[in-house]
Amino acid sequence: MFKQDQLDKIAAKKEGWSAKLAATMKKRPERVEKFAVDSGVDINTVYTPLDLADMDYDRDLGLPGEYPFTRGVQPNLYRGRLWTMRQYAGFGSAEETNQRFRYLLEQGQTGLSCAFDLPTQIGYDSDHPLAKGEIGKVGVAIDSLADMEILFDQIPLGKVSTSMTINAPAGVLLAMYIACAEKQGFNKSQINGTIQNDVIKEYICRGTYILPPEPSMRLISNIFEFCSKEIPQWNTISISGYHIREAGATAAQEIAFTLADGIAYVDAAIKAGLDVDTFGPRLSFFFNAHLNFLEEVAKFRAARRVWAKVMRERFGAKNPRSWTLRFHTQTAGVSLTAQQPMVNIMRTAFEALSAVLGGTQSLHTNSYDEALALPCDESVMIALRTQQVIGYEIGVCDMVDPLGGSYYIESLTNGLEKIAWDYIEKIDALGGAATASAIEYMQKEIHNSAYQYQLAIDNKKKTVIGVNSFHMEEKPPEGLLKVDLSVGERQEAKLRKVKAERDNAKVESLLQAIREAAQSDANLIPVFVDAVKEYVTLGEICGVLRDVFGEYKQQIVF
Amino acid sequence: MSEKRIRVLVAKPGLDGHDRGAKVIAQALRDAGMEVVYTGLRQTPEQIVSAALQEDVNVVGMSILSGAHATLFPLVVNLLKEKGAGDILVVGGGIIPDEDVPDLKAAGIAEVFGPGTPLESVVKYIQANVKN
Repeated sequence: MFKQDQLDKIAAKKEGWSAKLAATMKKRPERVEKFAVDSGVDINTVYTPLDLADMDYDRDLGLPGEYPFTRGVQPNLYRGRLWTMRQYAGFGSAEETNQRFRYLLEQGQTGLSCAFDLPTQIGYDSDHPLAKGEIGKVGVAIDSLADMEILFDQIPLGKVSTSMTINAPAGVLLAMYIACAEKQGFNKSQINGTIQNDVIKEYICRGTYILPPEPSMRLISNIFEFCSKEIPQWNTISISGYHIREAGATAAQEIAFTLADGIAYVDAAIKAGLDVDTFGPRLSFFFNAHLNFLEEVAKFRAARRVWAKVMRERFGAKNPRSWTLRFHTQTAGVSLTAQQPMVNIMRTAFEALSAVLGGTQSLHTNSYDEALALPCDESVMIALRTQQVIGYEIGVCDMVDPLGGSYYIESLTNGLEKIAWDYIEKIDALGGAATASAIEYMQKEIHNSAYQYQLAIDNKKKTVIGVNSFHMEEKPPEGLLKVDLSVGERQEAKLRKVKAERDNAKVESLLQAIREAAQSDANLIPVFVDAVKEYVTLGEICGVLRDVFGEYKQQIVF
Repeated sequence: MSEKRIRVLVAKPGLDGHDRGAKVIAQALRDAGMEVVYTGLRQTPEQIVSAALQEDVNVVGMSILSGAHATLFPLVVNLLKEKGAGDILVVGGGIIPDEDVPDLKAAGIAEVFGPGTPLESVVKYIQANVKN
């Protein structure tokens, strides 16, 4: 990028400057012994063209919307349309969550993002013994299509896009969403949204797995195939680094482990006979936006470049849309503190800004009270307003990739990319991300990073306001959201009613059809759609799958 | 305190999969010289109590982030008492609102460690309160 004589001149200048720097450092010693980002890249005092001497603009950056997409997936990005402001919501019953959804849409939110309770995420109905105490706690409880109909009451599914955080039973919830949209009078080709559908990261760190890897990967390939034919707008998977980061990974590990998971899904789909360019354009990603502002911006840019190379060079994808890494971002839950919770508004704002400067396609901003409880209406509104301030008031959306070309950002983007490739190679050598040994390896790496992070806070190498510094006396927090404890009983009663009113002979034959499809090579999604329309429950369908395929047994690593 | 090493069961009751905190605590207790067993995810109160008895632990530390603590923590304490293991020190942590803490303590949870607790405070609390 720079001519040799320019570089020589800068190098000569820098030599003199370094002597000056050394003299200054004697008088003004630096605050810490060594500056570095947690990913393991050292930070120099200042960056110059010398740090980018090997960079080739066209090869390494390109223009926005062009390979390798370092500068973004769209030529005009937010000059065309801002990112989708998408707050993750869901608690209690379908009625309560429906109210929160409608509140968010009235406040100017542009897409829905649905949280399900843990029994739903693990494929248990509300009357299962393990559901005790968990119904409606971290998301909405969905047992059957009857709940889904209430959840989206007066919300036109042909017009809003909905992201559903559902993984192991993603195919069943997708089937319910399709059935619900059709009941509202829409054609299924009109629906738009995302299912998370990323089971590998459930094994690694999030924990809502059901089946072992092999049948899980088959279900995922079934979804890819079904959607490419039936609902072409649908994002079939959201390959998630968010939870990997929340579990403790560094930024570089987040890129590497997420994209290694992505590689495993692409591998599985190709093995199942699908063409990479039929499903490649519908793969989407989900990242964390953490506190180290510039490291995060570099992370998003590096992730786009790595994925472009993976899809084009490793998998031979021809369609440029297959090369693009489109992603949702959520600010870092782990960065929120229970102490001085209002300070979380500032943390979240900076994290959100890093996602926007990193070119995110959609964004969730956490609410300030989330280290204490599920967020209340007021805190959710401030979180949404934070996005609106970034989008409408501070002028950062009027050009694409404004930090591109910064010597530091480009140097750090290169540094993170290199670490990520090293990890991807290691995971390849272990047989790929869906194998037991790779899962165990990633779990160990994440745990080690988490432990180091906690030690750095405990010994004050890392400052956390309100936790290890700048303490103050506080009043106990007020107005926290409490999930109504009667939701469990109400949900069980609804389930009993559904089971009493449906055609149970039909239900039995539909469950038998699912069993037979599971035992054959057939695509399971069409049989799920048939079943949920007759109010076969999530727990019943997942029960058959558990029976046919067995359950995943967690590897305990610490 | 005797020379015998403190034995701790770190447990995840309920269905939530967030075990970063549980594993970090487990590691800190191990680094402080205790013997630590981690149950893994999705443990019922019965499974936790049976593991505690089988491993002959002095302490059970539970972590919940889903909000199910009010239901599940007391069940474990009661089951331990039923099995004659009421002398085991039971502590908890996770996303637990302050207002829930008095009820949990009344139910026999000796201490509740919220977000932001330094590892050393957990270690010291256990060393000071364990019954050998």
